[in-house]
Amino acid sequence: MPYLGGEETVRELKRALSNPNVQAEPLRYRNTVLRVVRAMSQGVNVSGLFSEMVKACATVDVVQKKLVYMFLCSYASLNPELSLLVINTLRKDCQDPNPMVRSLALRNMSNLRLPSLVEYVEQPLTAGLRDRAACVRRVAVLGWAKLYNLQPGSDIDAAVVNELYSLLRDPDPVVMVNCLRALDEILKEEGGVVINKPITHHLLNRMKECDVWGQCEVLRVLQRYRPQSDDELFDILSLLDASLVSPHPPVMAATLSLFLSLCADLPAVSLAALERVSGPLLAACGSGSREMRFTALCHIQLLMRSVPGLMGPHFKRFFCGYAEPAYIKQRKMQIMVELVNDENVSMLLDELKGYCTDVNTDTAQAAIQAIGHIGRSYSDRCLEILTGLLGLKQDHITSAVVQTLRDLVWVCPQCSDTVCSALEGCEETLQDSQGRQALLWLLGVYGDGVSSAPYTLEAFIDGVKSEVSLGVKMELLTATMRLFLTRPAETQDMLGRLLHYCIEEETDMCVRDLGLLYYHLLKCGIEETRNVLQGRRSDPSLGVLIGRPAQPISQWACSFNTLEPLKKGGTVTQTASRGSPEHEASKPKTAVELPETLDCSTISPIPLFWKCWRLKLSVV
Amino acid sequence: EICLLFCLFSLFRGIYFRGETGDDVVNVFYQKVTALPGDQPPVVMVTYLHFLHIRQGGLYWVATTTADSSPFTIVEFLNRLAALVKDYCGGLSEKSVQMNFALIYELLDEVLDYGHIQTTSSDMLKNFLQSEAVSSRPFSLFDLSNVGLFGADTQQSKVAPSSAAARPIQASREQGGRSEIFVDVVERMSVVVGSNGVLMKADVEGEIRVKCFMPSCSEIRIGLNEELSIGKSQLRGYGAAVRVDRCSFHQGVRLDEFDSHRILRLCPSQGEQTVMQYQLTDDLPTAPPFRLFPTIERDGTGRLILFLKLRCDLPPKSSAVNVCASVPVPKGAVSLSQELSSPDQSAELQSQNRAVVWQIPRLAGGTQLSALFKLDVPGLSSASMLEVGPVGLSFELPKFSATGLQIRFLRLSPVQPAPSQRWVRYVTHSDSYSIRI
Repeated sequence: MPYLGGEETVRELKRALSNPNVQAEPLRYRNTVLRVVRAMSQGVNVSGLFSEMVKACATVDVVQKKLVYMFLCSYASLNPELSLLVINTLRKDCQDPNPMVRSLALRNMSNLRLPSLVEYVEQPLTAGLRDRAACVRRVAVLGWAKLYNLQPGSDIDAAVVNELYSLLRDPDPVVMVNCLRALDEILKEEGGVVINKPITHHLLNRMKECDVWGQCEVLRVLQRYRPQSDDELFDILSLLDASLVSPHPPVMAATLSLFLSLCADLPAVSLAALERVSGPLLAACGSGSREMRFTALCHIQLLMRSVPGLMGPHFKRFFCGYAEPAYIKQRKMQIMVELVNDENVSMLLDELKGYCTDVNTDTAQAAIQAIGHIGRSYSDRCLEILTGLLGLKQDHITSAVVQTLRDLVWVCPQCSDTVCSALEGCEETLQDSQGRQALLWLLGVYGDGVSSAPYTLEAFIDGVKSEVSLGVKMELLTATMRLFLTRPAETQDMLGRLLHYCIEEETDMCVRDLGLLYYHLLKCGIEETRNVLQGRRSDPSLGVLIGRPAQPISQWACSFNTLEPLKKGGTVTQTASRGSPEHEASKPKTAVELPETLDCSTISPIPLFWKCWRLKLSVV
Repeated sequence: EICLLFCLFSLFRGIYFRGETGDDVVNVFYQKVTALPGDQPPVVMVTYLHFLHIRQGGLYWVATTTADSSPFTIVEFLNRLAALVKDYCGGLSEKSVQMNFALIYELLDEVLDYGHIQTTSSDMLKNFLQSEAVSSRPFSLFDLSNVGLFGADTQQSKVAPSSAAARPIQASREQGGRSEIFVDVVERMSVVVGSNGVLMKADVEGEIRVKCFMPSCSEIRIGLNEELSIGKSQLRGYGAAVRVDRCSFHQGVRLDEFDSHRILRLCPSQGEQTVMQYQLTDDLPTAPPFRLFPTIERDGTGRLILFLKLRCDLPPKSSAVNVCASVPVPKGAVSLSQELSSPDQSAELQSQNRAVVWQIPRLAGGTQLSALFKLDVPGLSSASMLEVGPVGLSFELPKFSATGLQIRFLRLSPVQPAPSQRWVRYVTHSDSYSIRI
């Protein structure tokens, strides 16, 4: 279809709509209206056709009516005066014998969103609430919500609210659910629809008449109810048990939310509910829709915060499918890491090893990080895999491995010998600043174990003029200082060159200040320097970390079944790959300690120094 | 509540349910999604806006919503909406959405009011929808290009093409469409085979789908294998039982004859619905359908030699179609020379996926194929062998259900006055079938 320019199309359509010959033939007329709506859906501004479309509204053809209403609702706010003309047709349609026409007219009347028309809409809406046809009542109920949102702050008509409350007993389940929705919006400022005992019991009894969406709505509203006795509470729980294991994930999730809010004071009951829901959640993880899989995975992560062993026997369900998108694979790996135990560790590592060479670099790096995490409890096997990967000599893999080794060695200092022997030659492959920073940190802290450390640093120092990354320069300074303390003879000369460069030539204030700080520090004597630079080592008692302690359910219950768990990063805080571990782990403590170890003459650069780090952390 | 709903990469722009939102919101999402390579997770946030999207039929189905709404509900709703559009338009593609935009507007108008979901039942909706679907391709039962994908059990002599069910459901009323019902058993396998050939994991997710094109169908009875057992402990009948671990049913299914005779009774709505879903974990009744015997070595000149033998362990009467094996190869592989065991196969080196893709249109049960690939990889080292990672297989197994679930009979009651056709079809897909090397 040739795409005409917007104005040309509008002019042509205007001619066609006002042509009496077209108007005389219902099918031609409808097709012309169809073209107008098509143009609208393509983004052409057809607001100029408003008056012609108002005329086209007076027809017996329901399809044409629907199309015209769609048009009118989109453009009514631009033409408030002309919209008055439509009201008459709409009010007439509200009297039509055909319930479909009545509901259509009523819905569109309330969709016009014009405050000036409110007075004309109220009467048909009131009549609509008492209509014989359920489809009209459904529309009328929501119409009142639209009306109130149109004039925020206006007085709430008690008669309408009462009528809506009484319609909770309407035989049609959709009308009942719509009443809940409408009351919730109308009474927003008073905390929404009031849920008392009779209403709760009424809603619970009628839940089975509702479809999936209605059930979810009822379950959501019921979260406000507080049972008056334990007996009542357990009656409600047993009534809801079937929906807790519902094959429909929305119902299952809404029911669990309700369970958690009802049983906030009964942790044992909540835990039992989590156990019960794990089956349906796992089934949702195998759903055909990958978005549903992702949603279920994210919520399983939430549950595992309180019951770390919940999915233990099902660890194979979290193996990644090779065609799955990267965002699902990453979540699955985060879960796999939490499920490691003595029996399954070799299977899980075999599986993760396969992902390390994935085409998608994000997946590959996430897999390497996951192996590093498992390394905190099973260091030998993981180190073997990680050091093996260095042989591939691919920059993104080497970078991820070096960062992972840095994080691992901070937690498990006993791995340092293996790590040191693996570091030789890595600098040739590393490209990105994150990986180089990690390498420099390792060389600074464990430089006495890496024979080539001074040469590697020297190569960095020779290239410092062309270095663009601020983080790398800062890390290089610190690493060289540290290496100087352990291997002074080999490092003294290059440290001098580096300090000279940083203080005299470097334009970046952060690097320059750090250089000055170290220069003054060295003037205070080697012991002072040692105290500052080598004071912080990881605590060996961190040693072996297995899993995380179980959190109380209340910490995450409010974010269950919301978008929160699906957001980036999810529930697992990413400690890896962001700067040096010591600054992650013990920042507040050292900030208090540092001034005590230095005398007054060197204090001046210190605030700046920490500002730099804060800056760096926020930039990275 | 759903504030705004639209589907992207088509001219169909969007419907605004609440507040004054404009096309700029659609553009914001478009820019965000296309700016980054690869797939985006279903929740995308741009400042205060929360977009939740799914991908179906090559289209993005997007809803904007508030942070506290249920992702399960909205994802399920978007899936259901896509299924409804598929049912009513006879297919899901950019073209069918464009051609039927009036019908889709009408559908949305009934499905959502002020951002609240009203109904998604096609029985309810059919009373309200007036527009007629425009089918994007003429329907013909004798569309031979697709014959053979599904097998028909009730009529041995005839085979329904896989496209037979891809037509608008409303055509059955006005356009004199045939009165037909399709019952499909669709299973997805996800399998991991270890490097020693041992089965590490084998899961099957299955469902029974009913697609009904009958204007007046009061009840159907679907009989499953009588020896079907559910759960680990339960055993029925004698000999090799058909077993699933968990199953769940559509809420409209009556199960009063299920425990005794494994019969499902339901009154199908027009369109497609999933009647039963089931899972089987780690316990396939038969051997996994494929085994791969790889040999990988470096020759003296630094070339990588891959010799693959692929054996299909299906029963001799069955066969696999559209088999595709993707073998990851080391980075930097530049050229591929291949020797394949028959001319209908093909293979290519896909550099951006870093994989050799070996395509086999058809592979009969009990047969074996082989392929020899020689790859030039500059700087090939022994460590590079690590990159020759797990092989991924994708395939379709027509007329085959991995769990062994069968439909014994399909009865309509009352007996239809007009001649009606019943089709029972089986297909097993690979969800993820990976073989470690």
